[in-house]
Amino acid sequence: MRAPEKEKKRSFRSAKRMRDIMTEYYINAKTAPQTGKKVAWITSGGPVEPLIVMDVIPVYPENYGAMIGASHMGGDLCAKAEAMGYSSDLCSYARADIACAVENGGPIGGLPRPDMLICCNNICGTVLKWYEVQARYFGVPLFILDTPFCHTEFPDQARKYVRRQFDEYIAFLETACGRPFDEEKSLEVGRLSIEGQKLWKAVLDATAHKPAPITAFDAFFFLALIVTLRGTQVAVDFYRDLLQEINERINDGVFALENEKYRILWDNLPIWYRLKWLSDTFASHGACLVADTYTTAWCGSMKYIDENNFFESIVEAYTRIYLNIGVDEMVKTVFEMIDKYQVDGLVIHSNRSCKPYSFGQYDIEKMVREVKGIPTMTIESHMTDERSFSESATKTRIDAFMEIIKARKG
Amino acid sequence: MEAIRAFHHVIDDPLKYLEGVSLRKKAVGYCCSYTPEEVIHAAGLHPFRLFGLSPDTGVADGHLQSYCCSLVRGVLSDVLTGRLDTLSGAVFPHTCDTIQRLSDIWRMNTKFPFFADVVLPVKLDTPSAREYFEEVLAKFRADLEKGFGVSVTDASLKGSIKLYNLIRTSLRKIFELRSASPGLISGAELNKVAMGAMILERETAASMLADLADELGRLPAPSPAGRKRVMLVGSLCSQPDIHAILEKAGADAVWDDLCTGSRYFDGLVREDGDPLTAIAERYYSRIICPAKHSSLTARGENLLKSVDTHRVEGVVFLMLKFCDPHAFDYPYLKGFLDGRGVPSTLLEIEGQLPPEGQLLTRFETFVQML
Ligand code: SF4
Ligand code: SF4
Repeated sequence: MRAPEKEKKRSFRSAKRMRDIMTEYYINAKTAPQTGKKVAWITSGGPVEPLIVMDVIPVYPENYGAMIGASHMGGDLCAKAEAMGYSSDLCSYARADIACAVENGGPIGGLPRPDMLICCNNICGTVLKWYEVQARYFGVPLFILDTPFCHTEFPDQARKYVRRQFDEYIAFLETACGRPFDEEKSLEVGRLSIEGQKLWKAVLDATAHKPAPITAFDAFFFLALIVTLRGTQVAVDFYRDLLQEINERINDGVFALENEKYRILWDNLPIWYRLKWLSDTFASHGACLVADTYTTAWCGSMKYIDENNFFESIVEAYTRIYLNIGVDEMVKTVFEMIDKYQVDGLVIHSNRSCKPYSFGQYDIEKMVREVKGIPTMTIESHMTDERSFSESATKTRIDAFMEIIKARKG
Repeated sequence: MEAIRAFHHVIDDPLKYLEGVSLRKKAVGYCCSYTPEEVIHAAGLHPFRLFGLSPDTGVADGHLQSYCCSLVRGVLSDVLTGRLDTLSGAVFPHTCDTIQRLSDIWRMNTKFPFFADVVLPVKLDTPSAREYFEEVLAKFRADLEKGFGVSVTDASLKGSIKLYNLIRTSLRKIFELRSASPGLISGAELNKVAMGAMILERETAASMLADLADELGRLPAPSPAGRKRVMLVGSLCSQPDIHAILEKAGADAVWDDLCTGSRYFDGLVREDGDPLTAIAERYYSRIICPAKHSSLTARGENLLKSVDTHRVEGVVFLMLKFCDPHAFDYPYLKGFLDGRGVPSTLLEIEGQLPPEGQLLTRFETFVQML
């Protein structure tokens, strides 16, 4: 009787709440034509706040891509995209989404048709091409927010350019919605966005506690709301509850692993179709994935945000996000995380789907070994296309990696 | 033909040529047709196109995963093995995600005196993007001035613009002459001329290309019967053998949409007015590369226009494996061709070409469809 009791305790009550919120969110999005609301597809790193102000429902093909991956539908959909002529080397989110749009397949029977597309290239060049494909397919207006890459700096020219594009973005929305931008409401949305990001950061920070109350796998799951509902009260309330739940657990001595011996940092997106397997495999060694570079992206640019001047300061915050900076800038974040979460090893997910995230990882890996002196390992996959993933090869590598950590740490 | 042999020479060993040039002037490496070469040239420097042609790319494995395109792997290997040591530096315009990371890895692992990112806008069709484009050019000009202790005057920029216009005009003329009569020179030779033009000292390139254009213009125009006219579309062609095999199969590549072809010479820079504005303007009107955005269908329309102008009967898509921007555009471009009943075939290249026999069979099968 004891074990299941504990199991139950370890599963989150917030998890159910989040599923409910997400279900309601997707129902709202899918019934938009009946309720007269407009739907915008937007990239995961894009500024969603102006959409919330305009009462446009934001839909994230990347969040949907994660659902596709988690439900093991990625391989099939990607194969359909390949039959349409898209190379199997392209991002599996993009392939799955492109196929879904045409097939109306995938979880929840496909995404609602967009009235407009908002593409912010602060995460990759893939989204530009992907949204061009969808703009041709759906024949709806496409707004591109072009955020120049900040290899080492954020030059004034770039700041001015992005600043002007925020005005263009708002003008685009005003035309698409046929009503003016509500300045008053924008202050409130800005406040809620900041509050949501702060709470999300607090959730992630909680894993600095030893042992960790949640894992990066939990973070991958709970991420959905800060991505999709950033700037709303719903997200704020949810993360406040989640944080409270986490703190209760710390007080009650309920931790992610029954016996946490090692702490691991994960780099890159999750492998959506093997979350549980990876979690179990690491846990079998007493290893907890305490942090990752991916989920922190949704609070990582907080330092650039001015609470009293939200819509001005997000120019920099949206441009200098983790994927839009140089490798040597990224490594600083990795070092900080290694120290903050006191990790014993780094797992590099070399993600064939995401070139901007993955190229440069070997340099990061080398610096981590040299400067931080901790072991590293690489796992290769296409994060949403399960066809080429090798469980046995990955298991062997994880085992070997954990042996090194054990030998080092005892 | 004498005028062509010099180009062969350069392409057969570009790094040796670079060594020679760098005794006379400082050279700056670049690897994308969005590099504002005129500005580099106006600073008294030699812009040297990096193709990553050396065969061993093993050293890149320490920095780049196997799913990185061969161009970037090749360039990184060249620099890390010291083959590019005679360069004074490099410039990276914003192109694709892969080049962006190449820029980081290059910056972090090399010690050249000069380095610059030219983070051009990705959109080329809005007023604010165009304003930003010009500001980036101005910044690049200042970076060069500071980096090399030179001054890049409007007068020198105008001189460089004139010279580049000559190069582009001659290249276009040569390509057009060959389109009119493919028997004039082989595709492989034309490919070497185009690549050579990006490597040779610009003054030399300009005069050699002008001579070649003249010479070709004077030759009788042979038009052998029964051959098919095809077009190459993709990132770049750095393997002249492709042409040779295609020709064996009975077709001539009479036109292209490649970085090593029409995208390099398309559009001239206005010779009056502000030189940086004029340089930027060329990029808005030039055929677009898939890593940039103008209209949603610009490339498709341009493709059909070229098909019409050059009486193209079939299209060979030439893709470097792992090249995202081109791979994303392929289905839509193919759709445009299908709509017009123009057959096409896709050739994906990873490093080396497939064995000749195999490629020949593929091309023969395709040519028979035309
Ligand atoms: S996974 Fe990478 S390539 Fe794909 S959309 Fe996200 S950031 Fe872009
Ligand atoms: S555009 Fe394509 S071929 Fe060129 S560097 Fe990028 S990925 Fe490689």
